[in-house]
Order: sequence, then structure tokens, then C-alpha cells
Amino acid sequence: MSGVRSDYIRPVDFKHGRVDMSHGGGGRAMAQLIDELFLRAFDNDWLRQGNDGALLPASAGRMVVATDSHVVSPLFFAGGDIGCLAVHGTINDVAMMGAAPLWLAATFILEEGFPLADLKRIVESMAAAAREAGVPVVTGDTKVVERGKGDGVFITTTGFGAVRDGVHVSGDRIRPGDKALLSGTIGDHGVAIMSLRENLTFATTIESDTAALHGLVATMLDAVPGLRALRDPTRGGLATTLNEFARQSKCGIVIDERRIPVRREVAAACEFLGLDPLYVANEGKLVAIAAPEDADRLLAAMRAHPLGHGAAIVGEAIADPHHFVQMDTSFGGRRIVDWLAGEQLPRIC
Amino acid sequence: MCLAIPARVVALVAPESALVDIGGVQKEVSLALVDDVAAGDYVIVHVGYALTKLDPGEAERTLRVFAEAGLGPQASP
Amino acid sequence: MKYIDEFRDGEVARGLAAAIRREARPERSYHLMEFCGGHTHAISRYGLMDLLPGNVRMVHGPGCPVCVLPIGRIDSAIELAARPGLILCTYADTMRVPASKGLSLLKAKARGADVRMVYSSADALRIAREHPARDVVFFAIGFETTTPPTAVAIRRAAAEQLGNFSVFCNHVLTPAAIANILESPEVRDLGTVPLDGFIGPAHVSTVIGSQPYEYFAEEYQRPVVIAGFEPLDVMQAILMLVRQCNDGRAEVENEFTRAVTRDGNQKAKALVADVFELRRTFEWRGLGEVPYSALQIKERYRAFDAEARYGITCRSVRDNKACECGAILRGVKKPADCKVFGTVCTPENPIGSCMVSSEGACAAHYTYGRYKDVIKAAVPAAERAQ
Repeated sequence: MSGVRSDYIRPVDFKHGRVDMSHGGGGRAMAQLIDELFLRAFDNDWLRQGNDGALLPASAGRMVVATDSHVVSPLFFAGGDIGCLAVHGTINDVAMMGAAPLWLAATFILEEGFPLADLKRIVESMAAAAREAGVPVVTGDTKVVERGKGDGVFITTTGFGAVRDGVHVSGDRIRPGDKALLSGTIGDHGVAIMSLRENLTFATTIESDTAALHGLVATMLDAVPGLRALRDPTRGGLATTLNEFARQSKCGIVIDERRIPVRREVAAACEFLGLDPLYVANEGKLVAIAAPEDADRLLAAMRAHPLGHGAAIVGEAIADPHHFVQMDTSFGGRRIVDWLAGEQLPRIC
Repeated sequence: MCLAIPARVVALVAPESALVDIGGVQKEVSLALVDDVAAGDYVIVHVGYALTKLDPGEAERTLRVFAEAGLGPQASP
Repeated sequence: MKYIDEFRDGEVARGLAAAIRREARPERSYHLMEFCGGHTHAISRYGLMDLLPGNVRMVHGPGCPVCVLPIGRIDSAIELAARPGLILCTYADTMRVPASKGLSLLKAKARGADVRMVYSSADALRIAREHPARDVVFFAIGFETTTPPTAVAIRRAAAEQLGNFSVFCNHVLTPAAIANILESPEVRDLGTVPLDGFIGPAHVSTVIGSQPYEYFAEEYQRPVVIAGFEPLDVMQAILMLVRQCNDGRAEVENEFTRAVTRDGNQKAKALVADVFELRRTFEWRGLGEVPYSALQIKERYRAFDAEARYGITCRSVRDNKACECGAILRGVKKPADCKVFGTVCTPENPIGSCMVSSEGACAAHYTYGRYKDVIKAAVPAAERAQ
């Protein structure tokens, strides 16, 4: 970034201004936007240094890196926005590796014409989420694409973390007999998003559950350092995460429908639209797999944490050469919970 | 086919619509296909339209039939 | 959720399952067709097959309006959507149906066609009002349940003189489909497809009433029980059918009395009669041409008929040669009998109509049934350790 003398330049118009191609051009306009928006919001020692990268201290432990792109539409929804979603999502990806998240990098692809007021709102939300989580955004990048080539804003966040000694969290460590735990209700985020999408509006009090889970994970690892696997059931929902675990570990998984917490309004909205909550996205929940002797202790630790107060043991891994995920229905029948064929859409039939 | 669900009428909305509630989720639906709907009634909703009123008496009776059938041959009608 | 949860009670289900087991005679089997895709879905979702005795077999029928929509009609919808400036409004169910040239409405959308998913015909009207300078076409599909909402939309458009709105009508009729199945040689003459009774559709029947099924019960001597969509409704209907079969009766019984009467919804029927008339014939995917089985928009409302406005002529496009959907829809073959089932034809890559919708026979079997025998081989770890 070049040195910009602020007394020569009119401040960025965040009320009525829009992103234009000069903001990505590498010149003064871009520097000014970065200075007045990004640096001001994220504000930390690394960014104040003014380099294109961040110098990080040597790490004593094994490092984890995770990256995620965020293209959610709508950009703003009950319970959050694309900004805090981007921060939580990558913090969670790092945490699901059993790591404590340390630093974030954030890149923005902005569409020409995108309102600066919205951009400011998003960036400030990201900054607040990062501050609250204790994970600074230490470096980043901005580009602008022509109108029509982007969906307003795309955000990519990359997170770095460190794994404490003795912790090996991975989907392929699951063994028959292990228990599956869920940290809380499913379907909240997906339903909150869908209720805003054009032509599917209904009035509900459902909010996205977007949250940073690293604090919960730390508590869980304190109680059970030998935790086998962790994953957050985002796109594709709980069903997809369990199928991924089954495939990775070459086990089968059986869950009990009665044990799976679903909020009343979420269940009702899914009825309206013909959706199955098992396949609806979550952004503030996790699935943990633990050895059977550790399950009760893990459950207690989760329930003691605010983000895990609704935790439940929902099933277990079994020996199964076909790696199926199955569910015991409240009916006493058993059914397959298969991979999703494409994104779940509402139906009339 | 024909995904439709029972919903409780919360309030009538002029001229031909109602606000209905299922499990705390509310939506406005059309009453163009039904007559004499009042707040508190239950209607079957399909693609944003109420198709018919649900008869609570018949619903209770049906549940009783289920329960009796499960009790064994001596209890069946 | 009232009137939903009580009809999903697992305890009561066990009681009904015991009753079915008690009353199903061991020396015979019962082949019951659930006509309606919603019932197929309920059977799969709640694992009802696990609760039925082995001699009660469910045959999946063609009551899935997405499954029976011919490829040619979807091609026409895609062509409409590709017209510059035109907005095609559709229920989400049709978005992924594969049509000609490897296209679907979803893929057409990706290529720039303005295809919008709507929950209701009322949403399509709203879009037409919001975009007076653009043509808006509503892709209307569905059986008799979904037809009255389309009728209301057309009448509303006429009253408001909404000149940019029209409907591409693909509404089909249930009794015609049932007749087609019962008239098929395998069922009527050859007896190679045993069909002992029907579970009648739930919500179609709220509109048309139970009366139209009386003809079938009488003419073909098969019992019909109209059932609600909840799993307890389905189980009770199966019990009632088993009893009718045992008694040698062929009557129309109504399990769904909380929503279905003999005459149905007169107001809805009158609205439909005002807007629509019978097509002499209509092609059903998998069943071929079926006479008097579908509706078209009447002359009076022709201004809102997309087929007239855009001069749509649908080509008849044949299904893949290996596809057995036709036989499967008629209950003559099972999904597993189809050579491409589960190999080339999967829910991710559906070749035929039965795999397209989540309640099509093949999709249901793929998700639930194909593992049925294999599941029993999977042993819980606890048992294995002993």
C-alpha cells in the first residue's frame, strides 16, 4: 500500500457511494478504501505495519490451515450476515481439526456497483466477530470485478491454528462402537436463509445459529483429549457430515431420530416446504465422535458450555461393509439416510 | 404428490386471505378455494392456498379408530 | 404441530402394525398400490415397510406429476425460459428434471434463462405485476390438488387484465391414470401384475371427493381406501384394505375423513370447470398417450394460455431405450428389474422419470429399498462383541 496523505483526499462516501473499478485498481482509491474501511475495522499490529503480508511468531505445535469461500445469498439475514459467517466458518473449520485458531486472512471480491454502506456493514460485522472470537484478521486482499460478474461480494477467509499435543482429530479414526454427539438443534441456519429468499417468505423467529465454536471445542478437548472426530454440518446438513464420516472411516453409523434436537419452528418450516431437517445447513453446530467410555463425560462438558447446552448423544458407529448411515425412526422402522442428490429444494409434491 | 399440511387460521386478511400458523411459523395463504373460514379453524394448505377445512371431530374419531385397531380383535368395530 | 404429530405416534403405529399382522392371512399375499407419490414418500421416510408382514407388498403407482411429465413438455418450458426478457416461474420440483440435450430448467438458468422458483401461483402473479414490460409464464404442473390454485391465478389475471401473464398448463387427472393402470393388459387380462387394492390419494381427494373412485371399485372389483399422508393414516388404510380383501369386498372407503368428503370441494371444482376443459389426449411419460387425462385452458381464457400465445408444439421425445419407467409406473416391473437402475441412472444423474422426483418409485427404492436385504447383514458392534 502506498503512503496516502489523508489531507489531500475527501473521505470515502460510505452512505451513498458504490464500489467502482478504481477500488480494485491498486491506486489511491483502493488504498483509501482499505485504509478507511478494512484497516479501521480490523485494526491490529500486523495491519498497522502496512505490509502486504503478516509476520507470525514461530509455532511450537503442529499447524492447521483451513480456507473457505462465502457466497451466501441473501447477504444479511436474521442472526447474522456474510461477514460474521465468513469469520465463524473458517474459525470452525480450524477448530474441527482439533486446533485453536490463531490468525485469519480475508480476501474480498467486490462487484462494481456494490453499495459501500453494505460493505461497511459486512466488514464491521466481520471485525466484531473476529474480536469476539479473539482471532485477528492479519492480512487480506481486495479485488473488484465488473458489474454482472459477481454476486455483490464474495469473501474468502483462511485460518491458521495450532493443535495441542496428544490431540489427533480425524474422520478416519472412527471405530465401531464410538458414539456420535450433536451440540444442539439442527436446521436453524438453512431455514433462516430460506425464509428470506424470494418467493419463500414466511414470518418466523428462526435465526441463523452462526457462531464460532473454538471455545466449545477447547472445552471438549480438555474433557476428552482423545476425541476421535469433529465436523460442523454446514451445507448438506447432518446427513452429509455423517455420510462423510462413514466413508472416511469405513464404518456404518446409526442414529436415533428421537434424540436429534430440532426446534419446533424449524420442523414446521421444513414441513411447509417439504424439506428434511437432516439435510439443512447449520453454521453454529458440531458433530463429535468419541470412544464409548468417553461419551458421557464429553456430553457433560458440552452441556456446560453455552454453545453446547442442547447437546445430545444421537447415535453410534457400527461395523458395516457398506458404510451406510441409517436412522431408527420414531416409528420403530429403520431407514437409510443417503447422500444428498444436489441441493435440497422445496417441493410441492 | 401434493404436499399439503394442516395449519391454524390466526386471522383473516382482506379480501380473500388468511394468516395461518404451523408450529410457530406463519404464512399468508389464499382462501379463494374455501368458504366460511374463521380464526381458530384449521385448514389444509397446499402451494399457498387453503384447500379445505379440517374437521376436528373427524380427526378425533380417526385417532380413536387407530387406537382401537391396535387393541385387538375384541375391540375392533 | 397439531393434526400432524398425533398422526405420527410410534406407539400407535406398533398397535396398528400388530393388527395388520393379525389380520393378514398367512396363506395369501396382498399387493397394494399406493397411487400417490406423497404416500410413497411417507412409506420410505418412516420405514413403514419394516412394520408390515412379508405378505403385504406395496406397489408404487404413477401419482407423481413430475415423474409423468413428458420430456417434450419440459423442453418447451426451457425454450420459453430462453426467450429474451421472458420470466418462467415454476415450482422447484421441475428444476432438475432432465430434458433433451442434457438440459434441465436448472441448467438453463445457469445459462442465463430467467427461471424463478415459486412456492405458489400467487407468486407468479405478483412477479407479473412487478414486471409489466416483461412476459411472465407460470409452468403449471400437478394433479387435481394443484389445479384449483392455477385456476384462481388465471381468473385473477383476467380480472386485473394482467396482459403479460400466461400459464403453460400441464395439469393431469388421477382417475384417468388409475384407469390406465387397471386397463393395462398385464393387470386386466393376463393377471401377471397382481393388484389387490389401492390406497387413494389424500389431497387430490379433498378436491374431487371420494365419489370418482366408486367407478373403479365397481368396474374392476378392487377396494380403494383414501388415506391421509401421515404414516398412521397409511397404516390404517393398509389395515382397511387387508380387511376388504379378506371379506371379498370392493368398496371405496375413506380413512381421511377429517379432510375428504364424498363430494369434495365444490367451490374448487367449479373454479376449475370455469377455466379448464379436457384435452382429448395427453402424453404421460412412461404411459404413452392417455385419453381424457389432462386439462387445457378454455377459449374464454385463451389470452392467458402460453401454448396459444407462443405457438408451442411439443415434440414427443422418447425415453432412453434402457429405461423401464413405463413398466415401473404401471407396477409391471420393479426398479431393480431395470438394467440401468443404480448404475447409470441414479438420483444424481436421473435418466428416467421414476428417478427424478424424490417420491418416484426408483428414487424411493434407491434411497431406501435397495439396501433392505443388505441392512440385515450389518451387525451392531455390541452384538458382535458378545
